[in-house]
Amino acid sequence: MYVWIWRHLPGPLALRLFQVLLLVTMVSLVLLFVVFPWVEPRLPFNKVTVNQ
Amino acid sequence: MTDSQSPSQGVPAPTPAPRARRDVVGLLLRGIGQTFITAGFVVLLFIVYEVWITNIFSDAKQQSLRNDLIKEFRAEVPVGDDPVVKAELGLPNGAQYTIPVGTGIAVLYIPRFGKDYAKAVVEGTDDNDLSKGPGHYTGTQLPGKVGNFAIAGHRVGKGEPFLNLDQLLPGDSLVVQTKTTWYVYSVLGDPATKNLTVRDAQGVPGREIVSPSNASVVNPVPGKANVPADKATEALITLTTCHPKFSASQRMIIHGVLSRTVAASGTALPRELVGGTL
Repeated sequence: MYVWIWRHLPGPLALRLFQVLLLVTMVSLVLLFVVFPWVEPRLPFNKVTVNQ
Repeated sequence: MTDSQSPSQGVPAPTPAPRARRDVVGLLLRGIGQTFITAGFVVLLFIVYEVWITNIFSDAKQQSLRNDLIKEFRAEVPVGDDPVVKAELGLPNGAQYTIPVGTGIAVLYIPRFGKDYAKAVVEGTDDNDLSKGPGHYTGTQLPGKVGNFAIAGHRVGKGEPFLNLDQLLPGDSLVVQTKTTWYVYSVLGDPATKNLTVRDAQGVPGREIVSPSNASVVNPVPGKANVPADKATEALITLTTCHPKFSASQRMIIHGVLSRTVAASGTALPRELVGGTL
């Protein structure tokens, strides 16, 4: 998959590297601010209260 | 790509079969490797989210909550409008007043955690309440009352108010500020030997590690079922958080007892806090 993406990025090496950086940043931001906030309440850890 | 394909065209040699199989194996291995790398990246990123990003959001909520609360404490708003005062006195028509969850009720100071440690405590212990700051278990007593003023707080992430709860020692001050009063609690246990497991007259230790289902630690007399608040003899504070760090397998519980009460007076602080005079 990564090879396929790399092959399909246009431009010279420097431009491709910049695009890779951009893609990684975009994926990270989506994970950090959309996916993880949704997933986290469904995970068992970080519970701090006692209850029956 | 067409260059690499053209030489093999029209050559029905016996070699393509094993090469194709090797290609499939290679592709499979590469796919597995890339999946692992991706999974590792996502897990690392999740740790970054837990210990850093959640703090940014929670700190913003906590700061605005604390600023509003301290403004309310200091400003000349009628004392009767304060949620804790309303809950203590009841409404003018004699009805009980229930503090809405998510409302700031008090500010907790723990000098052991540094002179700038001040956390607004909210009513309620849902995820949403606890993302703002430490949360007061609904149904447990109000600050300073005989019984148990019980609070839960996050250990890692979400502002991590109770990150260093394991560093508290017997006799350490836990100072609670409300509109009308400063309540100074001190952590139970034996200050002379720094032994947190020593129990007080009611049988309550300074610190205990319990299972998450052990709700009796927030009872009016911690550890004892069926003792109502009016039968308790001490005014306690209880802090609960997860234990060990990064885990939800157990809970760390800290108990303190009310050692003195000071009436609020302008911006003056109790002497347990830096610059305090009261």
